[in-house]
Amino acid sequence: MDVLTWGRNPWDLPILTHISWDLLWASLFAGIAFLVAHASYMVFSAHRKRHASETDAMEAARVDLPHRIVRHSLAARLFHWVMAAAMFALLLTAFLPIAGIRFPWVTWHWIAGLVLTGSILFHGIHATVWLDFWSIWVGPRDLPELKAEILRELGHEMPGPRPGKYPLGNRLYHLAIVVVAIVVVVSGLFMMVRVRTPFFTRNPYLFGDVTWGVTYVLHGLAGVALVGLVIAHVYFAVRPEKWWITKSMILGWITRRQYLEHHDPDRWVVRELPTPNSTTPKPGVPSF
Amino acid sequence: MAVIRDVMPAFELFQPTSVEDAQAVLNRYGADAWVLAGGLDSLDWLKDRIKRPQAVVDLGAIAALKGIRPWQGGLEIGAMTTLTEVVRHPVVREEYSILLEAAEAAASPQIRNQGTIGGNVSQDTRCWYYRAGWPCYRAGGNICYADTPEAINREHAILGADRCVAVNPSDTAPALVALDAQMVIRAADGGERVVAAEDYFVGPDINITRMTILEPGDILTAIRLPRTWAGAQFYFEKIRDRQVWDFALVSVASAMVLNGSMIERIRLAVNGVAARPLRLRAVEALVAGRPRNEATAVVAANLAIEGAQPLRFNAYKVPLMRNLVKRAIRGVEAATWTS
Repeated sequence: MDVLTWGRNPWDLPILTHISWDLLWASLFAGIAFLVAHASYMVFSAHRKRHASETDAMEAARVDLPHRIVRHSLAARLFHWVMAAAMFALLLTAFLPIAGIRFPWVTWHWIAGLVLTGSILFHGIHATVWLDFWSIWVGPRDLPELKAEILRELGHEMPGPRPGKYPLGNRLYHLAIVVVAIVVVVSGLFMMVRVRTPFFTRNPYLFGDVTWGVTYVLHGLAGVALVGLVIAHVYFAVRPEKWWITKSMILGWITRRQYLEHHDPDRWVVRELPTPNSTTPKPGVPSF
Repeated sequence: MAVIRDVMPAFELFQPTSVEDAQAVLNRYGADAWVLAGGLDSLDWLKDRIKRPQAVVDLGAIAALKGIRPWQGGLEIGAMTTLTEVVRHPVVREEYSILLEAAEAAASPQIRNQGTIGGNVSQDTRCWYYRAGWPCYRAGGNICYADTPEAINREHAILGADRCVAVNPSDTAPALVALDAQMVIRAADGGERVVAAEDYFVGPDINITRMTILEPGDILTAIRLPRTWAGAQFYFEKIRDRQVWDFALVSVASAMVLNGSMIERIRLAVNGVAARPLRLRAVEALVAGRPRNEATAVVAANLAIEGAQPLRFNAYKVPLMRNLVKRAIRGVEAATWTS
């Protein structure tokens, strides 16, 4: 299997042109293999789950909390779903033609790319100004949590730290997607200079052959990486034990029980008074 | 120093006598096989060592691919029928004279004796950046050398460009589109499919590395001319730099049925302006039901060039195409050369 595709420029020098599309199938295979492996593990392993009685006790001790706890604001949810639509549009327009389903894809691809870019910019500002910026990032302080999570997954009883607002898997995935998205967006914006759009005067000589080659390779690598990452994301989104997280990305809130069962109240502090009427959610009330 | 590349690289030559045998070889070699018809496009590629197939499948010995025969009131032309045979066929001369004109406009008599109608419609573009072997989009790279600030792009596209600005060089293609011809394709799996001539060609937006829908292993076996436009009023004109032998800068082909002085129905196609022969559907819809006169021709011609995006050196193609469409609608005597 080739990894990169090479050509020769008009001066007969070897230049990178793009990645080998074999990598698309490799990423697709890797994503599906992970899905199968994880699903098999979840079926056959003894991963540890909190007993209902434990959660009952925790819930009884925290009746001061509202029944519904806001997890994602409307703005955050809108960003997520707009970004998801843009991402699917990008992947489909990029890879369906390679898979043999041919259609005029270029214009749709860069339009989706601009939507993705816009939504990422919005998210960056929104998260910095209005959200708890650091709650989604990972660092050395998360090593004890990583160890505890792994041991719990392996079926051990671990009292170690529980996640704050975002589970460790979420944060690691976010880190990966940030890196890949920055690469794909920045390289893609430069590549737009090579095609006809209403925004730029087309200039394929903005960079030299070598720089363009590297740009195309980075865009391609990030693109195929996204195939695997999106497969993993969709897989976890539809898993029964993760459905409460997916539901919160649709409705915006989780229940008090889910909050206490899956989160460390000391790391994700809900500053909200008890709900007078438990059936009336209070969307938009900050909970972080 | 120029690199002289006039000796073909080695390849396995196959000369099957049946389509089945040809496809067996094509399937065995896949994308490394090359289909040879008249050889006039192929030998350039091979001698320049730009294309290096492992196997060349010469269709010249397959009798089933040759000849012109009646088909449902129209004609079926074997893909390996030479352009000269097409030009000389009495039914083509009488009922489908637009194809005669188009085929006769192709290259020189010697080339028409050797060149086939299947090869003529399936030939690759003549963009010299591409044919010089540069790693452009069409060659699998990531740049169009013809669409750069310094490019020499006098012959390139003004419509339908999508990264690549190459144009289709076929003379018979617009005539076949105007005649609503059907292309019979024998697929790699042995199945047969029939597509409209209009859909046989692809632009770079759909497939930037090919000019037609043929995939590895596919063979164009025949071209069928339906009765629909037989005996219609035809117009074909090809503008080229050298009248004796050259590719079209712009060509136009139309088939028109009149009801008195009114245009009852029309099919109109141009070539040399895009990577595929363009059927001008909007123009057809506009002029149908209108009188065939100067006013209709002017409106149609202006509509035809909407959306044209000339490159640095090919802006002349816009008025050229406009005037050719005008002449196709009104007739050559009424057209004027205005820009």
